Amino acid sequence: MTYETVIGLEVHAQLLTRSKMYCACAADYAAAAPNTRVCPVCLGLPGALPVINKRAIEFVMMTALALNCTIPEHTKFDRKNYPYPDLMKGYQISQYDAPIGINGWLAIDVNGEEKRIGINRVHMEEDVAKLLHRTTPLGESSTLIDVNRSGVPLMEIVSEPDVRSAEEARQYLIKLRSILQYLGVSTGNMEEGSFRCDANVSIRPAGSEEYMTKVEVKNMNSFKSVYRALEYEAARQRKVASEGGRLVQETRGWLEDKGVTQSQRSKEHAHDYRYFPEPDLPPLVLSRTWVTKTEAGLPELPDSRRNRFMSEYGLPLYDARLLTNSKSLADYYEATIQMCMEKPDLRKAKTICNWLLGDFARLLNLEDIEVQESKVSPAQLDEFVGLIDKDVISGPASKKVFEEMFKTGKPPGEIAKEQGLTQIGDASAIEEVVRQVIASNAQAVIDFKAGKEQAAKFLVGQVMKATRGRANPQMVGEILQRELEGE
Amino acid sequence: MDLCRLTIHEAADLLKKREVSSVELTEAVLHQVEAVDGKVNALVTVTADLALDQARRADERIKRGDATPLTGIPGVLKDNLCTRGIRTTCSSRMLADFVPPYNATVVEKLLGQGMVIIGKANLDEFAMGSSNEHSAFFLTRNPWNTDCVAGGSSGGPAVAVATDETLFALGSDTGGSIRLPASFCNVVGLKPTYGRVSRYGLVAFASSLDQIGPLTKDVTDAATVMNVIAGHDERDSTSLPHPLPDYSSSLVPDIKGMRIGVPREFFVAGMQQGVVDQINAAIALLEGLGAVIDRDASLPSIRYGLAAYYIIGPCEASANLARYDGVKYGYSAPDADSMWDAMEKTKERGFGAEVKRRLMLGTYALSAGYYDAYYLKALKVRTLIRQEFEGAFDKYDALVTPTSPTVPFKIGERLDDPVQMYLADVCTLPVNIAGVPAISVPAGFVDGLPVGLQLIGKPLGEETLLRIAFTYEQATGWHRKKPAVASISI
Repeated sequence: MTYETVIGLEVHAQLLTRSKMYCACAADYAAAAPNTRVCPVCLGLPGALPVINKRAIEFVMMTALALNCTIPEHTKFDRKNYPYPDLMKGYQISQYDAPIGINGWLAIDVNGEEKRIGINRVHMEEDVAKLLHRTTPLGESSTLIDVNRSGVPLMEIVSEPDVRSAEEARQYLIKLRSILQYLGVSTGNMEEGSFRCDANVSIRPAGSEEYMTKVEVKNMNSFKSVYRALEYEAARQRKVASEGGRLVQETRGWLEDKGVTQSQRSKEHAHDYRYFPEPDLPPLVLSRTWVTKTEAGLPELPDSRRNRFMSEYGLPLYDARLLTNSKSLADYYEATIQMCMEKPDLRKAKTICNWLLGDFARLLNLEDIEVQESKVSPAQLDEFVGLIDKDVISGPASKKVFEEMFKTGKPPGEIAKEQGLTQIGDASAIEEVVRQVIASNAQAVIDFKAGKEQAAKFLVGQVMKATRGRANPQMVGEILQRELEGE
Repeated sequence: MDLCRLTIHEAADLLKKREVSSVELTEAVLHQVEAVDGKVNALVTVTADLALDQARRADERIKRGDATPLTGIPGVLKDNLCTRGIRTTCSSRMLADFVPPYNATVVEKLLGQGMVIIGKANLDEFAMGSSNEHSAFFLTRNPWNTDCVAGGSSGGPAVAVATDETLFALGSDTGGSIRLPASFCNVVGLKPTYGRVSRYGLVAFASSLDQIGPLTKDVTDAATVMNVIAGHDERDSTSLPHPLPDYSSSLVPDIKGMRIGVPREFFVAGMQQGVVDQINAAIALLEGLGAVIDRDASLPSIRYGLAAYYIIGPCEASANLARYDGVKYGYSAPDADSMWDAMEKTKERGFGAEVKRRLMLGTYALSAGYYDAYYLKALKVRTLIRQEFEGAFDKYDALVTPTSPTVPFKIGERLDDPVQMYLADVCTLPVNIAGVPAISVPAGFVDGLPVGLQLIGKPLGEETLLRIAFTYEQATGWHRKKPAVASISI
């Protein structure tokens, strides 16, 4: 029997608000010394009460609108009860049955076709404290609590079970992260834990409409591990099913180093969260004027920017999507374009795109840094492309100049001059080298005259070699032709 | 003149005229605490040094001419109100050594006025109880008969006021916790409209029902304290934004033409005849003072109030008290062999029986599959009760009922029968369910034990309540009667 994979994704994203969700403490806990971003509210002290961070609600509303959700007139908060030492109040203030956004969708690209993944809901909750487990050299273990993260606003985005493969899941996450970055509501950094993903995975006979036993997969800390974990889990379930085994509803953790998922908790041991309305926070009215104003204030989102890049700069779909997936890369691209294009020059627009998606992206990846951290400014990239355009540097030399520029941040013109990488476009200089090459390659000249095309290429190569690649190849060809015919 | 016997307004008058100092007043009160508290056990913590220090500063302030009606006035706080640097125990082993790093909003306001804190008063553990027998530390006794209960859960505050161990007290009221002990101890107790007084810093029992209010020697003082503690607080999202009236200006002895309903459902089966007689006498008096009485008012859903209350309260409590796990503060079981074991042992030993009973009730009622049958149904009852109160207030300016079906009962009498104990609140808890204000005022005695008259108002109707209560008080003077135990000559 062939099976189809059914995946639903739950994403938790920390919001980039200045203060925490329910108190005035600063939300930028990461760089702060432990337990310095705390107050009675986020410490869960007796008697303390939460107050809603309006900005956080706005961020969730923006996200919900960007994900084509409906915004109900009312939203409310609920207590989700479970005991754990990282949960200061013994319950999390979350949203159970009246989320801020419902019934939306997000478009991904599947084999060149647009596919919509349904968004079930977008709601608001709060992060928990961080537990730090320690073991002394004597083997004594203890756990420390850093409460700085407690109460940091967290948005949960729950998809419908519309995802059919690990690759679709990856596409969904890339797109979702991109949207959050465009909105400026989250860094979307998965490695740092500000963007987390859990998945519900099941399989079903191809063609079936029913949902089968689902397994929740947790502990996936990068896009790559999401992909690997889901591939693994779908294959595991197929194997169990094909061997006549029975799948059980459970939570499984992804073990990155072993490359497997492992059972953590069965359905019988699942928490009963005992949700009930948060009595400390009155229901919130999401007024239509508020919603309309928020919608009108939404920035350009990845899809429309992609389309604009295609129509305005003539980029192919593939390039436009890659560029616009990353807001910072797309911003960088447009900053460069604005420097060098007073009137539309599609050729140049494509050249810049090629450099960004090619060597620039490769070097960023190699150094493991973000676009903003690169030493190359859009002005330098503009100068660099100009040098190529004006034949000051040649193709082979340009790669070297770019790498040097990326490493040092020096202006490209200076680099080319310093390292002798400027192209020789001076005809008399080239003529001299051509004559020397003709003189010392008699056999090749004979071959050329006998009509062997190969010989011409060889001679051009010799000229390029003698100039260490700096001669303008087109001029070399022309001069060589002229000199040989003139003989 | 024994200074501790003064009301706030009498003392403020003398302070203002500089006939007495706050230090003298505070010393007199501390003296009374020393003489009397051993017999009634109202206070968990006495902050004598702090009080004298605050009194000295209050005197300076009075000298500067920038005194307020509460400057230099000694008061006590129920021990579930957070006080910075003063332990706040909730009369629980769990928080026996807990010292909050912050002040409740009401405490902050009172301190801003120059109040003198005499100490923290006893309560049923985490305010769960009607008799003060559920304090983990000791039992507060009724000053009118020390074999009887003080009422709860604000038993300590009520007794402290009744025995002149303070000029006033703050309590909290979730189902009657201010009014019942006020009634049992012959003092005035006001439960304001839900949201009128900030709950920030009140250790939560049932968040949608809890409300802080004053316990005072007379109605005038209740208005004075309300003027300070009421008002919007941005730290409490459930606090009301409405402008604050001057409550003292409603102290007018005139209720002519006021429409007062007597809802028959509050006269429950098993009610003491003596109480019924006193309340009827009080109603007749109100009528005599010019009020238009309707003895046939009805709020039929009230009879489901007790059941709804014992779902909503415990459900909220089961979440509110989950934070006491021994990890961050408070009691922590020292002999556990794992994290889960530590959390379990902490709760097992840190909480008393009544708290555990309610936590179990709430946890059960919220569990998967039971929510609709219990919590949701209780919320529906709540809506019905609210609507019936709204309907009643279309017709009446206030409702009048007994505060308690009985006078104070004997210590130990109801301890083994929780339902009998819960019935003590049957007249008071509908008020919390509806979120409306109510006041209990002294209304006479049955066999030497006090009876309380409860007046219930519409949302933000405190002024009307104060006016009726003031008029009634002026006409009777029951509040001036003092228990013998308080007047032991020193």
